[in-house]
Amino acid sequence: MTKLVTDVQQKKKPIGWDGKSLKQMRKEMDEISKETGYYAGLRSLPFKETDPIRFEKIYSKLRGGVVHARETAKKVAASPIVEQEGELCFSLYSPEADSIVTSTGIIIHVGTMGAAIKFMIENEYEDNPGINDRDIFCNNDNHVGNVHTCDVHTLIPIFWEGEVIGWAGGVTHVIDTGASAPGSMPMGPVQRYDDGYQVTCRKIGQNDILSKDWLLESTRSVRAVKYWTLDEKTRIAGCHMIRDLVLDVIKEEGVDAYKQFMREIIEDGRRGFVNQVKTMLIPGKYRQASFVDVPFKDLDLPSFAKLNTIIHTPSEITVHKDAMLEIDFEGANRWGWHPFNATPVSITSGIWVMLSQTLVPNDRINDGAYYASKFGIPYGSWFNPDDIRSAHSNTWHALVAAWSPLWRGLSRSYFGRGYLEEVNAGNAHTSNWLMGGGYDQYGQLSAMNSFETSACGVGASAVQDGINHSAALWNPEGDMGDMEIWELLEPLIFLGRQVLPGSGGAGKYRGGNGWQSLRLGWGAQEWTMFLAGAGVIATDCGLMGGYPAAAGYRFQANKTNIKERIAKRLPIPLGGDVDPDYPTFEGNMEAEVIHRDRQAVSTQEEFVDYDVIMNYLRGGPGFGDPLERNPKLVESDLNEKYILLRYAEQVYGCVFTEEKGIYTVDLKATEEKRKEIGKRRIDRSVPTKEWMEGERTKILNKDAAIQVRHMYAQSFALSEKFTDEFKSFWNIPEEWMIYEEELGVPTLGAHINRFKQKK
Amino acid sequence: MAKYDKKRMNELIDGTLEFYQLKEMMSSHKDPERFEIYREVLQERVSWDDPILLPYGLHLYIVQKSDGDRIVKCDCGHEFCNYKENWKLHARIFVRDTEEKMNEIYPKLMSPDPEWQVIREYYCPNCAVQLEVEAVPPWYPIILDFEPDIDTFYKEWIKRPMPTKA
Ligand SMILES: [Zn+2]
Repeated sequence: MTKLVTDVQQKKKPIGWDGKSLKQMRKEMDEISKETGYYAGLRSLPFKETDPIRFEKIYSKLRGGVVHARETAKKVAASPIVEQEGELCFSLYSPEADSIVTSTGIIIHVGTMGAAIKFMIENEYEDNPGINDRDIFCNNDNHVGNVHTCDVHTLIPIFWEGEVIGWAGGVTHVIDTGASAPGSMPMGPVQRYDDGYQVTCRKIGQNDILSKDWLLESTRSVRAVKYWTLDEKTRIAGCHMIRDLVLDVIKEEGVDAYKQFMREIIEDGRRGFVNQVKTMLIPGKYRQASFVDVPFKDLDLPSFAKLNTIIHTPSEITVHKDAMLEIDFEGANRWGWHPFNATPVSITSGIWVMLSQTLVPNDRINDGAYYASKFGIPYGSWFNPDDIRSAHSNTWHALVAAWSPLWRGLSRSYFGRGYLEEVNAGNAHTSNWLMGGGYDQYGQLSAMNSFETSACGVGASAVQDGINHSAALWNPEGDMGDMEIWELLEPLIFLGRQVLPGSGGAGKYRGGNGWQSLRLGWGAQEWTMFLAGAGVIATDCGLMGGYPAAAGYRFQANKTNIKERIAKRLPIPLGGDVDPDYPTFEGNMEAEVIHRDRQAVSTQEEFVDYDVIMNYLRGGPGFGDPLERNPKLVESDLNEKYILLRYAEQVYGCVFTEEKGIYTVDLKATEEKRKEIGKRRIDRSVPTKEWMEGERTKILNKDAAIQVRHMYAQSFALSEKFTDEFKSFWNIPEEWMIYEEELGVPTLGAHINRFKQKK
Repeated sequence: MAKYDKKRMNELIDGTLEFYQLKEMMSSHKDPERFEIYREVLQERVSWDDPILLPYGLHLYIVQKSDGDRIVKCDCGHEFCNYKENWKLHARIFVRDTEEKMNEIYPKLMSPDPEWQVIREYYCPNCAVQLEVEAVPPWYPIILDFEPDIDTFYKEWIKRPMPTKA
């Protein structure tokens, strides 16, 4: 085919290998990997096999360097989320955006930054705006595959003699991106246009220097500018350290060795993953489901967003004969006008974060594992919206709930194979998120998002209790941060931090407990606060007889008389709300407005000095029947205030004697009481099939709350398989159906609908 | 690679290991012979003699009956059903669908709101042990948690004969 002169003149020399464009390289990599079943078609690993020590040396140098870059860059940051919590991560990619090695930290972004680079490749950035040595790119666009707007990526190409030899990517969770409400995961956004400043894979610097227009525009688009700026410096510093590292390795080892290494390490990652699946799991199918509440009916939002519904995420894990791991989410319901939507990349990348803590707990996490797995992500669902208007600012609300049951599913394998030490009953819903913004105690326009959430309770295992107030499934290095630091950064004084008894699910081994912080407004001006958490729903089940972790609630008091009470030296609310059946906060203050309810998501409300707000960080689910818990452990929980007396008695079936506030378990009486509870269980329960008859009648009569019916109607509209399974399970006649339209709730944006498509 | 004996396996099952021992087990490469030792230890701990094919949950096993059937069985001896069926349908159920029933387990406001979500407890009809707890909205089909491919597991993965006697 003849080329026009202008074509030839306008096209630059391709920057991929051997005269290819990056787009060509990406296409060829996908084809050969798919065709052969081996990454890059590598049936053998000649470099690793012939010179394993040199191979491992390169690996260690890169991995150590990337981890070091993160640790060093962290020190540049001032933002508490990065500096206190380590919410940053760096990764090194191949020219086609397959990840080679990754630092520690929020490694969900291995996938999201890869998606951003792939987006640039797919959209031929090579031609326009051009990809050159020492360029700097930025992305935080949710619909490109980001998790949420506040995860800002810095991406730089790494060149060697005119060819792209790879990419370095760095991400930090910034504190504010100028959304319709302050904070990094705001409540309020219901559309993309409320989510804040979104940068779509934009070239923001050349020759290692940020453009002035970028600096001006970006800093005028967000709150908390100081943190935004320092976070950006953090990311660039880390990326440049990784670039230097790669160039040093190439100088030492030669570019051909580096290129071969890059291919083999990913194939090695794929093989390692397959091997782990065969070692740890049992072939078969594992089913679970999770639910999160969207209680938006009474929030201050556009009318089409004001409804109560439930996000439904069923999952079926198939461990195939050949050790391929497949996860199918068929049956999930629709995206909606709430900030909890997600992208396919963010849900699958998060699964890797989880797997790296359980199935593949090693440092060889790269895109190899991706080539050994398969995902079913229904189009139109909340994690694959068919409309670019979807909002994502608080996507974690739904993602955390969706991931946690997968861990529970895999635990059935660990249990079956005897790896009891690996069993995990599930994870805490990492909330409430306590957010706000305005002019802070220093008079600066600022925002906050309390990352105390990175220290929730862990699910129980099959051999020991879950760890208390210690972790979040999205950040394996969970840390609640120091109160003194939070008080410096946020205009809120701590009136206490306290373990919340019974927040971990009861069980033979109980879930790790959560805790509460009570915060007093102090020193801010024109400040607003709001919360985001699961309230009316427990987002995960327990495992093998253990109970789910406790659900959430909120406590907030505005316009209090605490100032006067302090002056008069009267008691004020302190610590946690340790027994909400007998609350004490209200007895120690007066307030014009008190919110004590299950509405754990709220929108901005003014918050002034001496107002009070509670943060409640959830516990983890339990494992096994609580009646089988060692009574001595119940005694110790009671004395250490991890559970309340009445639950030690009625849930764990223990009997105590008390002396000077110290409880001692009566083993003999406990044994009797447990037998009685067993008898009571038989008396109160019915054969399951008998119960099903009654439940079936309720379904036929459409007897359930509107949010429940809405959830099913959405799943029915998207999935024939889910509908058929539902109907066949309950033996429901063909003509029975629930449609979204019949519920009298807004249906704006509900496009994909198999009932309408049939007509 | 680590290797553990029956004594260690019994201690693991009983939950009596110290944390440093568990930590070591978690950090080491997994011992491929674990399954067989674990299975034998569990077999020694039950009072009946149907060979255990697969531990299926706390107290539950998939066992081989002499007529060739594979059955879900509780360690108390109660037999639920064929392993392809959902044992929960053959259990007893108690559903927490009111605030009052929820409050027996959780303090006020710390339970799910029963209008949105109920808690379903499944008990063994014979020994009353609580075998599984589901937290789901009303109407949710009872979940069949796990359908193992036992034949592939033995024949192709661990490459061992299926146990034929206890
Ligand atoms: Zn039993």
